[in-house]
Amino acid sequence: MSAPTKNAPAAPGTDPVITYRQALHDALQSEMRRDESVILLGEEIGIFEGSYKITAGLLDEFGPERVRDTPIAEEGFVGAAIGAAMLGMRPVVEIMTINFSLLAIDQIVNHAAKIYGMFGGQTAVPMVIRTPGGGGQQLAATHSQNLEVWYAHVPGLKVLAPSTPADAKAMLTAAIRDDDPVLLLENLSLYNTKGPVPEGEVVAPIGRAKVTVPGTDLTVVGYSRSAAIARDVADRFAKKGVSIEVVDLASLRPLDRETICASVKKTGKAVILEDDWLTYGVGAEIAATIAEGAFDYLDAPVRRVAAAEVPLPYAKSLERIALPDADALIRVINEQLDATGFKR
Amino acid sequence: MAGGTEGPARSRSASGKPTKRSSASKAAASDGAASVDVDTTKKAPTAAAPKGRGRVAGSRTTRTEKSSVSDADRDRLTGYYREMTLIREFELKAGEMYTRAKIGGYCHLNLGEEPTVVGVMAALRPTDYIYTNYREHGYALARGMEPGRVMAELFGRSDGVSSGRGGSMHLFDASRRFLGGYGIVGGQIPPATGAALALTYRGKPGPDAEAVLCQMGDGTTNIGAFHESLNLAAIWKLPIVYVVINNGLGMATTVEHASGEPLLYKRGCSYRIEGKRVDGDDPEVVRRATEEMLRRAREERKPGLLEIMSHRLRGHSVVDPARYRSREEAEKLRSLDPLPSYRRKLVADGVLTDDESAKIETESIQIVDRAVAFADSSPEPPANELFRYTYASPVPNTSTLMPGDPILPAGWDKEVSR
Repeated sequence: MSAPTKNAPAAPGTDPVITYRQALHDALQSEMRRDESVILLGEEIGIFEGSYKITAGLLDEFGPERVRDTPIAEEGFVGAAIGAAMLGMRPVVEIMTINFSLLAIDQIVNHAAKIYGMFGGQTAVPMVIRTPGGGGQQLAATHSQNLEVWYAHVPGLKVLAPSTPADAKAMLTAAIRDDDPVLLLENLSLYNTKGPVPEGEVVAPIGRAKVTVPGTDLTVVGYSRSAAIARDVADRFAKKGVSIEVVDLASLRPLDRETICASVKKTGKAVILEDDWLTYGVGAEIAATIAEGAFDYLDAPVRRVAAAEVPLPYAKSLERIALPDADALIRVINEQLDATGFKR
Repeated sequence: MAGGTEGPARSRSASGKPTKRSSASKAAASDGAASVDVDTTKKAPTAAAPKGRGRVAGSRTTRTEKSSVSDADRDRLTGYYREMTLIREFELKAGEMYTRAKIGGYCHLNLGEEPTVVGVMAALRPTDYIYTNYREHGYALARGMEPGRVMAELFGRSDGVSSGRGGSMHLFDASRRFLGGYGIVGGQIPPATGAALALTYRGKPGPDAEAVLCQMGDGTTNIGAFHESLNLAAIWKLPIVYVVINNGLGMATTVEHASGEPLLYKRGCSYRIEGKRVDGDDPEVVRRATEEMLRRAREERKPGLLEIMSHRLRGHSVVDPARYRSREEAEKLRSLDPLPSYRRKLVADGVLTDDESAKIETESIQIVDRAVAFADSSPEPPANELFRYTYASPVPNTSTLMPGDPILPAGWDKEVSR
């Protein structure tokens, strides 16, 4: 029932367990070894090894021309990556956090996303923008946003949101090899998470969601950090005899509507967990998808668990309650189960 | 409908020698004139004209007066005049087609900028890359794009240079290394800079190295992308020349009103990028200055900033009547039309005869008429190609929904096995 997962390990349990951070690093390293047109651009990615150390050691291995520290000029260096891609390079840009991508949004939305189509397919723009979203680190309002839906809205872009180390590696590899501009959404709170990652080359399919936990009673849809939380919550419910199915969107654009609706067809109930704000967020699109595509199968209204709509405060007491978490998801799942008379 | 359509060059001297700019909107500051390059006496290199740019060789009728101009110079200068005339006629026709609703959207013309356009493009080699802004029809023609295909793009037809996807502001021809036509002010500058970055991975600096030319308007030097890009070009030593076409106005806002340093060529100082300002009314002057900047870019990896003083004879776009110009300004502008004065100069210098210039004008009109006929007969892009160019790498679940379509095909949930 789930979408194909070509990156399923051949022998589960034998793959090395590494962090999401290491997985991203390994993908960059192996792609740079494979293809010398792959270059890295970004602030502090060389000598400093990246704000989140994804590029650690790469300057030493590949030198300053292929691991290129940039000045603080997002519009300039993202745009420069576009031009380099037009001439056949495969730049991978690190934007320190997704908040700073707003400084480059003209280049991303008006240029990277348009150049292939607007000029009649004459020049592709094979570039990747890696950038983490996420709050919860007491970084306050401007450094804690989840703006992925801004980019997922735009035809011409592809937006990926891996939730596991294995997906991080396989999706970054796929993004680098894809001929279109791809924004790879990372998440501050996922960098240290661990999981089994197959060694060697694995290329994830772009544009497919996947059922990461099969279930029959209720569907939880998530992506990136929220998909990781959903898996954890599903495990907890499983212990109580409730079978939660988790759909990990993995790709926000293109969006795999059929996998979502097929899951709801099976379970009849859907809750969406998203890190962004409620109104006009990713969850709104998923809810609309389910409302139209799986209306006949729904036993209850679709529910969303999203961030409180406020510039995120610094104070821990306020930040904590503003962000969606496992407890909020568990509460809403229980409300859904109760509303449909589910017997536990 | 000859080259002088925009009005006679009343203020020009009989020799047609370019005069120093005196328009109030152009005289940026008193020390600007010192750097204006009006020297037309220097011998130009003879291998200037790039190959394969579609230029027709100059005609050779007998001249009544003895000319000291060599055949090579005569061919080149006549070629410039031919290109300038073609651009003039093309732009006049584009304006006409716009008013006849054959062309939609925005449409910005190069009227008055012809010598600037032709001079810049004459300096560019076929191996070089060019990025421009949205006022780029002339650059496309001078790069050798078929006038019919350019007009077809303006008409939004299948045979357009961007397959009808871009329109007037977004001309593109990968085979000629013309990498767009960009409608967002300043949007072309970071990608052009990145193209120059890509060249540094391709080869070493040298006389045969490739380079990038990035054209923009005067108002563009105020946007952040300009400054970020110049900084990158400086620190990374990129083979790129930024060419600012200063026609004195960003829409209706004067350079002096918009720029803290109205001598725009000086704006490279912050990045130690050498700047130069030249008169844009003589294609030879423009070509030489552009060539020298490109030479430094390819041989020394030194980016350059070239400001070319030019004229925008009409409004910002076809629909702008330019009412913000006083009657005196409008009158003066007509007198500054560079095309008739350049023609008179060539005739006076014995390069061109009146008969030859009339022939060039007639031929240009014919070329443009054929371009319109070609564009008119070109089919509109078919509906079934709507999604053809959204992505270069096809992947599953790419949306091809039309307005009002259901998000999933009927019966998606009835299939036995998915």
